[in-house]
Amino acid sequence: MLIKRNPNGIDLPFPSEITPREVYEGRRKFIARIAATAAVGSSLWELANREAFAQTTPAQKLAAARNAAFSTTEKQTSFEDATHYNNYYEFGTDKSDPAQNAHTLHTRPWTVQIDGEVKKPLTLDIDRLVKLAPLEERIYRLRCVEGWSMVIPWVGYSLASLIKQVEPTGNAKYVEFTTLADKRQMPGVGSRVLEWPYVEGLRMDEAMHPLTLLTVGMYGQVLPNQNGAPVRVIVPWKYGFKSAKSLVRIRFVKDQPRTAWNTVAPEEYGFYSNVNPNVDHPRWSQATERRIGEGGFFAPKRKTLMFNGYDQVASLYSGMDLKKYF
Amino acid sequence: MTKNAPPRPAVGLSPRQLTAIKSVVFVLALLPFARIAWLIVNQVPVEPVEFVTHGTGDWALYLLCATLAITPLRRFTGWNWLIRLRRMLGLYTFFYALMHFLTFLWADHNFDVGAMWKDVLKRPFITVGFIAFVLLLPLAATSTNAMIKRLGRRWAQLHRLIYLIAPLAILHYWWMKAGKHNFEQPIIWGTVVAVLLGLRAYWSWSRARSLTSSRPMGS
Repeated sequence: MLIKRNPNGIDLPFPSEITPREVYEGRRKFIARIAATAAVGSSLWELANREAFAQTTPAQKLAAARNAAFSTTEKQTSFEDATHYNNYYEFGTDKSDPAQNAHTLHTRPWTVQIDGEVKKPLTLDIDRLVKLAPLEERIYRLRCVEGWSMVIPWVGYSLASLIKQVEPTGNAKYVEFTTLADKRQMPGVGSRVLEWPYVEGLRMDEAMHPLTLLTVGMYGQVLPNQNGAPVRVIVPWKYGFKSAKSLVRIRFVKDQPRTAWNTVAPEEYGFYSNVNPNVDHPRWSQATERRIGEGGFFAPKRKTLMFNGYDQVASLYSGMDLKKYF
Repeated sequence: MTKNAPPRPAVGLSPRQLTAIKSVVFVLALLPFARIAWLIVNQVPVEPVEFVTHGTGDWALYLLCATLAITPLRRFTGWNWLIRLRRMLGLYTFFYALMHFLTFLWADHNFDVGAMWKDVLKRPFITVGFIAFVLLLPLAATSTNAMIKRLGRRWAQLHRLIYLIAPLAILHYWWMKAGKHNFEQPIIWGTVVAVLLGLRAYWSWSRARSLTSSRPMGS
């Protein structure tokens, strides 16, 4: 740097070269602001990361007493497998897509509309819905229509508890479940694989069966997004696709709902879709299944059980030809 | 190459360059299999049977397309040495198809040939996949130099079976994916096969036309 000597011969800067106090202090403020921005930025970064990894790190705990009468003692599928091998086409068609993409789903605020053929229609905030009845843990077998199965400890309460609150009328023959379909949160919505929103349905007596679980958690914690957060239904004696995820509407109707898979491929996916080893899917046998996490490539397959082993529902279908109503 | 090898076209590359290229392609085409095997041994895939079935099937199709792409690429680029890679790519196609079939026979049917046969007859997507695989067998079996020499012109005729195998493979994939109404990949690879076969149809049509139209000119 070149410092000019002033006429007095003293090494002093010209007045014009002296940085004014305001500018000098402004610079300090500026540096402080950069530091603050960096701090905020890094905490935002942490927050973003936390959100991105929220589904792999232990989530919010959800206390619930185990209902042993409705629970299997079979070995549970690992949390890792149950949260990284999912069919949830709103987040992509690969099994690994939901775990990767579902962090964009916002589960708060969230409301569920319960209406149709009922005396007391309700629109419930998710936090009120969770507290509507005491939560239970139930360890259910889950059989996917594709021929694999898991054992998962769900947390929730019987859907019947909710149904009783809204007092269905005599016209309510079926219950229709609608999943959220928001392109901004769900990258798979818009693909032509299915019609959106995803709709599923049960006959009234199926919906009222105590096994049918309105589910808000799994493995003692709040449902991870890729598993259908914040609320889904679990119908353990039916193929997994019947158990609709991320519900925004539960509607009581007179006629059998137009359900998602049944609409695109009626020959392959029946409305009932009860687990049934005697009725093959057109493309594969349903007589056996692979239990996820059980011994790898060389593990023998398991025999699939009628109604996935939930014989207590058999009476719902007495007299019905289950080959016709598959 | 053995002494009895049939004469092969001039390729414009030194033997050393050709060997280097072939080695690289050999290793590259083996990598997907190595990856599948490594992941299975380390028990990484959640559903190992599905993973191996899809992985081997996908790569059989990719390599089939690569094999069919050799001739058009050679014509467009003038790189005649490409033809020297075709047999290896064809054999790799067969290798992945064989692994795909063995996974089906082993994991799905535990080597119960009767049960497998019932499955083949009952389900159209398996029927066409099985036919495609069976048709690959004579092609793989006649890929030695000795067989090429012995069969002569009939070798080329026999190997045109690939024009039937490729659409069957696409149909197999299409019908399999129809189960989940998910046609994105079958559309992509069906288009690739259609272009590769369409080019050949166009060339043979234009050749035939130029032969008939040039005849009156006396050439």
